[in-house]
Formats: sequence, structure tokens, C-alpha cells
Amino acid sequence: MSLNIDHVSVIYPAADGRPPVAALSDINLQIAEGEFVVALGASGCGKSTLLNLIAGFLSPTSGALTLDGRSVFGPGADRAVVFQKHALLPWLNVLDNVAFGLQIQGVPKEARYRTANEYIGLLGLDGFQGAPVYKLSGGMQQRVGIARALTCDPKILLMDEPLGALDALTREKAQELILKIWGETRKSVFFITHSVEEALFMGTKLIVMSPRPGRITHHFDLPFSRQFQGGAPARQVKASPEFIALREKVLNIIFADEEAVE
Amino acid sequence: MSLSPPPKAPGLFARLARARPTKPGEIYGVPGQGNTLWLSVVSVLVMLFVWWLVTALGLVKPLFVPSPQSVLNKFFQIWREGFTNTPFLEHVLISTFRVFSAFLLACLIGLPLGLAMGMSPVIRGIFDPPIEFYRPIPPLAYLPLMIIWFGIDETSKILLIFLSVFAPIVLGARSGVKSAAIEQIHAAYSFGATRWQVMRHVILPSAMPEILTAMRVGIGFGWTTLVAAEMVAATKGLGYMVLSASQFLQTSVVIMGIFVIAIIAFAFDLLMRFLERRLVPWKGRM
Repeated sequence: MSLNIDHVSVIYPAADGRPPVAALSDINLQIAEGEFVVALGASGCGKSTLLNLIAGFLSPTSGALTLDGRSVFGPGADRAVVFQKHALLPWLNVLDNVAFGLQIQGVPKEARYRTANEYIGLLGLDGFQGAPVYKLSGGMQQRVGIARALTCDPKILLMDEPLGALDALTREKAQELILKIWGETRKSVFFITHSVEEALFMGTKLIVMSPRPGRITHHFDLPFSRQFQGGAPARQVKASPEFIALREKVLNIIFADEEAVE
Repeated sequence: MSLSPPPKAPGLFARLARARPTKPGEIYGVPGQGNTLWLSVVSVLVMLFVWWLVTALGLVKPLFVPSPQSVLNKFFQIWREGFTNTPFLEHVLISTFRVFSAFLLACLIGLPLGLAMGMSPVIRGIFDPPIEFYRPIPPLAYLPLMIIWFGIDETSKILLIFLSVFAPIVLGARSGVKSAAIEQIHAAYSFGATRWQVMRHVILPSAMPEILTAMRVGIGFGWTTLVAAEMVAATKGLGYMVLSASQFLQTSVVIMGIFVIAIIAFAFDLLMRFLERRLVPWKGRM
């Protein structure tokens, strides 16, 4: 699997007397097999626009997007999306929500329940198959969303601030869970977050984006998620001098962006 | 720099206007929460008592307000002997048939049309003007047209009721289409769903709460229009019973008919509320 974003720009047309807005300007990004790419940046920097482009909800004004050499045109099951919230279907129970993607693809009931149950187990949701999703906690709902995205065996997982609505403790646990699943499934991931610490901890590659126009300003290669997968405890990884030094560096970049805006 | 003085303690009105602390198991500030059953029972009993008191004291002539007993007696009398040579149950059945057949027809046509109007700008563009044109017109105003075009038998009666039920059902289904969160729709598309699958698996289920509400509103309009529909050339039906009784100043029959209509409509509404709890327990929860 390789995703190639080549000189992509997105310009929203002029409206209500305002000039056209360059949401993304000349984006170049490659995501290779098994990579965990994290996008970080001040609000308005076009992170979500970039994710919508990859997902196929949006087409670029100029430039090209290719997945394994084929042009991306519209959404498809090879790119699964995990949304921040509001994306589960409350009239279905946990099992049917997780199996939803397979149902859309016409997989017979027995087979899709078998696959769904595997991912329900992987996400630690065993025993909740019959529970209505609106009665679950935010953290469990998000795990249902991740399980649902995985069932269709996508080439790449697109995660749009999936942990943004969670409390700090649940969030750290969810980070470790996602890394564990990433290690087991070997999926490529494109992950958006507002949290610098989360970005550094989870990614193998970090892109820092700046607003007006939305663009990628910095690339970093990150060792920390591999350290965690190598057996180092999460808190120890996050407390290491290298981690803290890089965190300060990235924070400086983002604060500079925020100030430039004001 | 001096700080401004602390605000005064809220006055009586401010304190009364504020939400009260809740009991365990409730949520603070939820609008209109709390059980109303007992208050409703008391409210009905008080109204019945006032009615009885006013008539028992002879404050109003029975011609204007007959006593509860006389209405009840009238009910038993008509139950036994019928009204204008037709058994009471037949009056009830024919009216119920008219209202429910109009309601079913309105659901069969209105729900798909409303959903289609929500989904497609072409269909919305075509059907929005005629529906918005006739919707605010009182059914009595186009009743003469119905009779001229469709005659004086069942067709024009059911059609009149149908029209009054149709508009709220179409509008409810149409706005229900907007209930699905865009994330839910995107999720379905990202699994490779077709437009039809998104409609079937996401938009339709999430529109269910609004559709059920629209059906409740719609059938209410149906009962409202019943009397108008039975104004012309009807020889049976609750609306006919009320109208002809009023012409002979049989006020107790009028009131009895009103109660029968209200009770049937209320029973159906209870059924719809039950269905709502069963079908969309997630309403407003996500």
C-alpha cells in the first residue's frame, strides 16, 4: 500500500463577498505501508480538509492523489474513516454497528458477525455485542467506531481526532490500544490530533501544518511509538528527555503559528 | 482599582424562575422533566367536577351545557337504540374507516414523497409549490370543489381528510431526511455504500423519530377534518351525528360525539407513543 499526495491544492471559491480561501496549498505527502502519519497544527490549518481529500469526500482543485498508483476518486472501502463522534448508528446494537461496513458490502449475516466478533474482541468489547451504542461511554463508543472501521480490512485507517472527546485517562488508554491494534493489523494510519503529546507518542511520522494557506511546514520522523511497541512503558517513553525536547520544539512551532494569526 | 460590590442575593422572582435542584436519578435542567400522570388525572377530575357543579346548581340551562349524567344517559340510549336508525357502532366504524383509510393513503404516498423531496432538489422543486399552496387553506374552503369534482360519496370525504393529513406527513418526512449526522452518512459512503444504501441504512432510520411525530400530527388533522368531510350528504358517521344533533339542539348528543371522537383519537395517540418508545428508544440520545 502506498498513498501519494502530489502537489495538491484545495481552494474554496469566493462566497458572500469574501475572497477565495486556500484551504490547502501545494501539499506533498507519501504514506507507505505500515506507517503511522500524524497531522498536527493550529485550527484552520487544513488537517481535516486533508483527511477529507484522502477519504474521497472532497476532490482537489489541483494536484493528484493516488492510492497504489490509482487515482483517488470518491470514498471507498480501502480507506476507512474513524470520526470524532456522532458517526455510530444508534438504532443498531454494538455487533450490528461493527458489522455495518460488511453489511453494506453484502456479506451474509453469519460471516459478517464472525468478522465483527473478532474485532470486538480485539477492541476489548466482548460481552457488549447486544448493548445499544447510545448507552455506552464515550471511550467505548469510540472503540466501536474503530472496530467498525477495521472490519472491512482497509488499506489505510483515517482517524479524525478520534480521541478528542475523551477524558485524559481514557484517552491515554485508547492511545495504547490503537498502537497495539496498529501493531497487530499492520495497517497504515493517517491520524489527526490537537495534542502534541499524542502526536509524538503515536506517530512514526509527524507533519506539522500551518494555516492561511493550509500547508505542511515541518516533517519529523518519530521513534517513540516503536519504543512503546518494543516494550517500554508509555509513561516512561513520554518522560524521556528526547520526547520532552521534541515536544517543546513542536510546541514552539505551533505557538508561533497561533501568534502569527493573531 | 476597587472591585465592584458583590451582586445582591437573587430576589423571590429570580429564585422561582430558576430550575430546582433535582432528585437523584434525574438530570438538572432538562426541560419539562417529571411525571405528569397524577396531575393529569387530577386536572380531568377537577374539570368534570366543575362541569357537574355548574349544571347541578342550575347556573346554565341544559340546552347550553347539559349535565354529565344526561350526556352519559344519552350515550347509553344511543348505544342501545342507535342514532337516526343507524347503530352507534356503525357511526363509529364508518368515521374511523374514513379517517384511517385517508391516513394510510397519506402515509403510503406522503412518506415516500416527503423523503424524496428531502433527498432530491428536482422533486422538491416540483412538489414544493403545490403543497405549500394548498396546505394553509382550510379544508372547508375546498370542500365544494371536492364535491363538484368527486361527487358526494366516500371518495370526496376520504380525499378531503387525506389532503389535511397529507401535508404534515410530507413535511415531517422531508425534514426528517436532515436528521442524519453528516458523519453517519460519510461513514456509510466510506464503506462503499451506494446512494440507495445510504438512504435505506442511514437516512431512513434516522428520520424515523420525525416521521412518527409527523404521523401523530397528521392523524390529528384527520380527526379535525372529519366533521367537515361528513357535512355534505352523509347519513352515517360521528361528524354527521354531531352536526345533525346540533341542528336539532340536542346538545348532549353533540357533547357525547365530541367525547367519542376525542377518546378514539387519544387512544390512537397512546398507541403511537408506545410505538415511538419501542421503535426509536434512541430518540434524542445520540
